[in-house]
Amino acid sequence: MITEFKLPELGENILSGTVVKIPVKTGDSVKKEDTVLEIEASKATIEVPSPVDGIIREIAVQEGQEIKVGQLIMKIQTEGAKGAPEGKTEAKAPPPAQHAPIREEKAAAPPPETAEEVAAAPSVRRLARERAVDISKVKGSGPAGRILEEDVIAYARGIKKEQPAPEIQQELLPDFTQWGEIECVPMGATRLHIARHLSAAWHVIPHVTHFDKADITELEITLKKYSTRERALTITPFLIKIAASALKLFPHFNASVDMRKREIAYKKYFNIGVAVDTEKGLVVPVIRDVDKKNIFAIADELKEVSKRARANKLTIAEMQGGCFTITNLGGIGCTSFAPIIHWPEAAILGVPRSRWEPVYIDKQFVPRKVLTLSLSFDHRIIDGAEAARFLRWICQTAEQPLLLEMEG
Amino acid sequence: MLVLGAGPGGYAAAFMAADLGLAVTLVDEEINPGGVCLFRGCIPSKALLHASKLISDSREAAGIGIDFGKPVIDLKKLREWKDHVVQKLTAGLGQLCARRTIHYIRGHGRFLDSGSMEVKGSEGAEQKISFDHAIVASGSKPVTLPVASASRRVLDSTSALNLEDIPGQLLIVGGGYIGLEMGTVYCELGAEVSVVEMAPNLLPGTDSDLTDVLHARLARHFKSIMLTTRVTKVEEEGGGLRATLQGQDGKISRQHFDKMLVAIGRTPNSKGLGLENTDAELTPDGFLRVDPQRATTDPRIHAIGDVAGEPMLAHKATHEGRVAAISLSGGKAAFEPRAIPSVIFTNPEIAWCGVTETEARKRNIRFTITKFPWAASGRAATINRMDGFTKLILHPDTGRILGVGIVGDGCGELISEGVVAIEMGARASDLELCIHPHPTLSETIMESAQLATGYGTHFFKPQS
Repeated sequence: MITEFKLPELGENILSGTVVKIPVKTGDSVKKEDTVLEIEASKATIEVPSPVDGIIREIAVQEGQEIKVGQLIMKIQTEGAKGAPEGKTEAKAPPPAQHAPIREEKAAAPPPETAEEVAAAPSVRRLARERAVDISKVKGSGPAGRILEEDVIAYARGIKKEQPAPEIQQELLPDFTQWGEIECVPMGATRLHIARHLSAAWHVIPHVTHFDKADITELEITLKKYSTRERALTITPFLIKIAASALKLFPHFNASVDMRKREIAYKKYFNIGVAVDTEKGLVVPVIRDVDKKNIFAIADELKEVSKRARANKLTIAEMQGGCFTITNLGGIGCTSFAPIIHWPEAAILGVPRSRWEPVYIDKQFVPRKVLTLSLSFDHRIIDGAEAARFLRWICQTAEQPLLLEMEG
Repeated sequence: MLVLGAGPGGYAAAFMAADLGLAVTLVDEEINPGGVCLFRGCIPSKALLHASKLISDSREAAGIGIDFGKPVIDLKKLREWKDHVVQKLTAGLGQLCARRTIHYIRGHGRFLDSGSMEVKGSEGAEQKISFDHAIVASGSKPVTLPVASASRRVLDSTSALNLEDIPGQLLIVGGGYIGLEMGTVYCELGAEVSVVEMAPNLLPGTDSDLTDVLHARLARHFKSIMLTTRVTKVEEEGGGLRATLQGQDGKISRQHFDKMLVAIGRTPNSKGLGLENTDAELTPDGFLRVDPQRATTDPRIHAIGDVAGEPMLAHKATHEGRVAAISLSGGKAAFEPRAIPSVIFTNPEIAWCGVTETEARKRNIRFTITKFPWAASGRAATINRMDGFTKLILHPDTGRILGVGIVGDGCGELISEGVVAIEMGARASDLELCIHPHPTLSETIMESAQLATGYGTHFFKPQS
């Protein structure tokens, strides 16, 4: 029989993606779990496996095309089908052109199992189907959580907001060719995602950036001392650990603000994202439950995840669920910089290159290794004084790591 | 689009698809649309049940001072009236079909592949029809009893509705809704009716508090109701049948009957349709496997109604037919009912919808129950039918209505309020706060809801 293979769910809130590669062609036989499509969504490349053993009869998408979850990707004829020998297939009336859209629309309907428990009138359930909203995810505002028409509409709008972030109105670019030669290149999916995400974050969050200095002379000696050939300790895993402890002490930094619901969500978990520079652009893998890991374990995990990030092998799930982000440009340069917050987080720590500075200690200047850390924070939920205390605590802990044990 | 079978599912699908602009061919063996429901099921049986209700009501009228005497039954005229009802309704459907310019073909259809069908007409003429999409609405047929031979004394639901004569002694095999409805008809028309049922109660699967009320009344009118009993042998015997019955204790009895009605269930019509030439798959029970849009595993073939799964009910088929047609026309429809109502048209009637108590226990769903006895209903008293009650099955925390079960005279007309309440996600308080007209039986739903939220008007429940 012919299996209509539709794009399956790729992850939380991921409703579409761009086809980057189709490693198969019509007539190829594939095994279940063989990759038949590569999709780029939210900066991750996802390999989509075949759901069945069979022969590919039709490919309904093209490289570069943006496709939605539930959209028909390809038709696969499964083995042992009563399917027709060549002659018989011809005898069949060709399916009319209307087939494809019918299938596509059907796919948008949520499965009824999920709809079974929620309280919503049949007309509201139909509205949800038409808007491709999974009604089981909608929060009802009626009595006993009954879902009303406006709840579905609000939810549908909400999804759209989180999806492509609002495009910021922009003046038309001037005609550059009047001044010289140019080359126009389409934005890749990753670049487009970064652009949208950062524009939205900058647009929505009132950013303020603080700077503070940490004397890391002693710390560098310690890190060097405990480095081995297998595990070169840098300051990043150490700062990841400090950041998790700081989030515990300053819960406003481990929070997300929801202006629509007029709520602040305080997270009780401590996942720290680390910005990694890759060929395709910036990605932010998340190290989970940092509070339960020691610095060696964090260092190993960071090394492994950075390697996979550069090889473009991160999953979407690995880039979600962060509470706070660290971006370290120290390997390259910078004396200090003001990073943009990785929405929906509340703050981000910028780490530049450390440098020798004359520091006035005991009535004389002595050379010390100094790091000018920066902290961009969401001023809607974090006040300036609190941010100063937060950044000071991080600097002090870098200088006196014992604080990690005493206060962290 | 091609629709195979013109029962309540098939014709609803065909009409909807035509209204949405598709070119529709409807294939059925009967002269007009209607299917089992209109020709050999719901409609003729309800016509006869109406007649039997007149008989019982007029008999019971003697108790309130009006004696009509013994009714004189003209079986031929009754048959003609019933057939006239069927003819009128099905002819009306034929007209509705023609006005929508649906191509109606009379004959037996068989799939040649996923895009064409061969239809054999009643006169042997054959034609081949190609289609883009097909909806299978081939319905179901009665299950036969292996031990009963093909005798004209052994009836099924179809031949029982023909009302050839009124047997003196009638054995009904199967205490399900068809057996009990036809038993009620024959009983009121003068037959002595005995029922055997394998299960320990009538209407297996139905909440036993509902069936208890019916059982109590049937026990007064039927000759006998034998539960946990099976028929092991049926023989022809001197102008009648001799049935061997085996009870739970293994005790065997032999009894003489003039006729026997076998009503032990229905089986989907999925054989002989050439479905093996398509990619549509069957379940182990012989139903076509379908998704929420009612598409089978063959993307060009949908299935609805009895052949697409339980419950085998006309109104479920009609709804599915509309879902399939809308879906095939590009609309976003899905079959996702919260409450499919069931009505047993016995006397008293039994009706329920949503989650039953039996099902809630089986699925381990938390629930509470409130019951309002019809003995406390003014309306029930004025119609002299206090045998009944109205039950709500509620979520224990929110009071949301999960199910409604009613037994009582004419309660089939009351159940729809329960369906609306469940589909809308209503709570007991919503029903309690809606003013119901007095004096009607519908008040029993409101009063039952009052009991859930605290204090009823006509039923005093001491507060614990």
